[in-house]
Amino acid sequence: MSLGSIDWDRSRSGPLHGPPRFQFSCDTPLLVTLLLVIGLGFIVLYSALGADAGKLMRQGVRFAAAFGAFFVLAQIPPHYLRTWTPWFYTFVLGLLLLVMVNGEIGKGAQRWLNLGFVTMQPSEFMKLAVPMMVAWFMHDRSLPPRLSHLFVMAVIVLVPALMIERQPDLGTALLVVASGGLTILLAGLSVRILAVLGLIGVCAAPLHWVFAMSDYQKARVLTFLNPESDPLGAGYNGIQAKIAIGSGGLFGKGWLNGTQAHLEFLPERSTDFVFAVMAEEFGLLGLLLLLTLYLILVGRGLYIAAQAQDTFTRLLAGTLSLTFFVYVFVNTAMVCGLLPVVGVPLPLVSAGGTSMVTLMAGFGMLAAIGGHRKLLAP
Amino acid sequence: MAIRNLSLKDHWQEQRLFVTRILVATVIIVGLTAVLIARLVQLQIFEYERLSELSQGNRLHIEPLAPTRGLIFDRNGLIIAENLPTWQLVAIPEQIDDLEATLAQLEGLGLLEPTARDGLIELVGSHRGFERVTLINLDEERAAKFAVRRHRFPGIDIQEGLVRHYPFGDIAAHAIGYVGSISTADLGVIDRANYAASSHIGKTGIERSYEDALHGRVGFRQQVVNARGRVLLDPATEAADGQGILGGLETRWPTPGNNLVLALDMRVQLAAAEAMKNVRGAVVAMDPSNGDVLALVSQPSFDPNRFSEGLSRADFVALNEDSYRPLFNRALAGRYPPGSTIKPFLGLAGLHNESVGEHDEVFCPGHFSLPGQTHRYRDWRPQGHGNVELHDAIVQSCDVYYYKLAVELGIDRMETFLKRFGFGSVTGLDIAGESIGVVPSREWKRRNFSRSEDQVWFPGETVIAGIGQGFTLVTPIQLAHGVSALAARGERYAARLLIGTENGVNREVFWADPQAIEPINDIDPEHWQVIHEAMKGVTGEPAGSGYRVMSSANYTAAGKTGTAQVYSVAQDAEYDEDEVDESLRDHGLFVAYAPAEDPRIVVAVVVENGGGSSAAVPIARQVLDRFFAAEEYVARQH
Repeated sequence: MSLGSIDWDRSRSGPLHGPPRFQFSCDTPLLVTLLLVIGLGFIVLYSALGADAGKLMRQGVRFAAAFGAFFVLAQIPPHYLRTWTPWFYTFVLGLLLLVMVNGEIGKGAQRWLNLGFVTMQPSEFMKLAVPMMVAWFMHDRSLPPRLSHLFVMAVIVLVPALMIERQPDLGTALLVVASGGLTILLAGLSVRILAVLGLIGVCAAPLHWVFAMSDYQKARVLTFLNPESDPLGAGYNGIQAKIAIGSGGLFGKGWLNGTQAHLEFLPERSTDFVFAVMAEEFGLLGLLLLLTLYLILVGRGLYIAAQAQDTFTRLLAGTLSLTFFVYVFVNTAMVCGLLPVVGVPLPLVSAGGTSMVTLMAGFGMLAAIGGHRKLLAP
Repeated sequence: MAIRNLSLKDHWQEQRLFVTRILVATVIIVGLTAVLIARLVQLQIFEYERLSELSQGNRLHIEPLAPTRGLIFDRNGLIIAENLPTWQLVAIPEQIDDLEATLAQLEGLGLLEPTARDGLIELVGSHRGFERVTLINLDEERAAKFAVRRHRFPGIDIQEGLVRHYPFGDIAAHAIGYVGSISTADLGVIDRANYAASSHIGKTGIERSYEDALHGRVGFRQQVVNARGRVLLDPATEAADGQGILGGLETRWPTPGNNLVLALDMRVQLAAAEAMKNVRGAVVAMDPSNGDVLALVSQPSFDPNRFSEGLSRADFVALNEDSYRPLFNRALAGRYPPGSTIKPFLGLAGLHNESVGEHDEVFCPGHFSLPGQTHRYRDWRPQGHGNVELHDAIVQSCDVYYYKLAVELGIDRMETFLKRFGFGSVTGLDIAGESIGVVPSREWKRRNFSRSEDQVWFPGETVIAGIGQGFTLVTPIQLAHGVSALAARGERYAARLLIGTENGVNREVFWADPQAIEPINDIDPEHWQVIHEAMKGVTGEPAGSGYRVMSSANYTAAGKTGTAQVYSVAQDAEYDEDEVDESLRDHGLFVAYAPAEDPRIVVAVVVENGGGSSAAVPIARQVLDRFFAAEEYVARQH
């Protein structure tokens, strides 16, 4: 596993020898941990897909594409990323508009864009575009942001978030808000303003409930508050997931032996609820291993952020790491019944294409930030 | 832009702020992770057992296994109800593309009735896709017919099953009863868990009375099912390896029902059914020393096999609405005026109450009138019997003697005495459906008539009660039961069909003791003797009403004939059998016991609209002949 340290022609490259030659750059701890998580994820997914190697292969293709994005982005010096950020943000915003006008409808929501050869979910790209745009905006302004800056950043975050929420896709919209919000927080938003915003949020929640949320969204929240009220309907997923997790115990039922998963009691077992499959088959110990790997990724990301040299890379790396943790937490907390059921996949494990690509693209940017900081260092 | 670029950025300050935020975020991350792990520990460690059980409950389906129904034997060990292997045509709904077309094809092969199609479509529709639905029982020939064409019928299959079979068919249908499909009414009274695998339940007769003993206890087999309920592995056909998602399955085999031994003697039963073949009515034969019912026949009868094999609704309606009512159990619930068969009881009542002496004579001119009334109560013999005493009054069945005796006794004493012999109440037979009949009294009239002028007891009603006419109604089993008490000199036993139970598992047989009931022990032995002699005279003396048929028997029987009027003949009119519509003809009755000195069998025969006792006596003769022939046969064997 020395892929991360491949660094050919290093002797002839350097800051003093003209324009640097291409240099393969990659953060080794990040890459190794990613490969471990994805390997573990494949093992779990194979079981969750009903031991269907064909379906796993399809997921493998998606991973290949995601790794492609990772390696490409890892090579791009961060200042190019910064330059492209407004264009990227505008482009994704345009895609969102396109979805609103001419999107594919799936599971009652208009989220998909059919590009002929592949369908994709532009809202996923917003998870990257929003923090990048916020970081770009703050890059040459002094921290902490002023109130007027805050207003601009709120617009950057809320416009796409509201568009996504209208699809409707509350889960992704909230994650977009979370990623943009995290960037703002890292930029040094004062605690006082944070408190005021929190208060406004608490007051706005009931209004949101009355005016903005659709019936299925309300049902999910109500079900979360009282899952036993409708055990065969809205509460079924949560209850079956709890049974799957609990019956796994400390050591699990063993690989491919999860009855909840293999007898199809567990819904969405290869996507949003894959964590429950892992819980059932590998028990608490398996989950602790997975959570440890996730925390290593987050920790490595935060370390890269702390080492970053300028505001853009610092904010971007910090946000990417923290949003990754948010994804992990929201999904796992949802599966174990700590949060309402929202459509958030388990990062790097759940089957599904677009979220995988954006995640790996994010890690690619992290690797780039980590790998290129030395070049900029004095 | 240029101006802003000039503003000083405090890099050190910004770095510090950022790192602080990162540290705060890290603390929050650690906190949230701790919450998550706490939740996982709660679910996977503390709630492990509960959730584990729920998960087992999810995956396991308990398939009930039907117990084998107990067999029924007669007292000599002949099988009268058994379970035969049968072929069942089954449908697996999810594998059938076009149910209607498939059924039509099966009809084309003669395997199904076109009339049943709608019902079957409904039946199949009420099951889940993977459940096997039994369409019909097939005999060997039709099963073979299907088997060679099976490949043309995806989703249709044949499987083995058991069907209740009664080898004697309609011979003892009213005693044994039958089993039929469990109805919604049945579901209300049974332990549904125990019947989870059973399709049939006892509906009448022994099959119903001893349902609990016959049925047995349900077993079960655990199967692994997925969320849609499909069975993934059948441990009975494939070995479960005790591992993985298909492991750890449990099976408890069903406990078979108990076998029953009945008091019925099928030889006697067959003779009775044979003798009754062309008439309507009932025969009950009993052992007076213990209440055993040796034969119980109600005619017309029906084939109980039709019920267990599955009777179409139309066939059931036809059977139920047949004007001769084959499903009606005449032996238990048929209520007939006893006619002269009541005379031995009333004669005994007269002696016991000193209303009459053994040798008191009555002159019979052929009719009787109450003092001060002109209405003539006629004797069956228009020219009269002349001077008769009790013995002759029974032998020749003189009505006038009994008109007088009834007036002497009065209705109250008649009622009391008859009830001691079990009239007006059930005999305690262990199958349902007995009628209590009617022993009339002043009280009974008061209760059963609404108009006040009808509630008064009239003296004339006492008169006709003396010859078993009027309000008095008895069932054939009551007659047999009452005559048993007479034959046994007052010793009485509850009538019973069940005498033994064989445990279905360990084959231990439990023989039930006869159940003695309130005896009649205050009668002067000489009075018993008078009545017994008179009943012997009925069959043994040339003047006896049963002499012609019974005298040639090689055993001594004692009996009493009876004729019950269905149709009242007007004063001064003649009853002419040929002129009266068949359904209004007199019922013929005969009760008998034999041997006269040591009674071992009592027979009561009722022939509906037989025209008189002459229709009943030959039937009793055939039953008694068969009984003694069988006894003789057994005696020769030893």
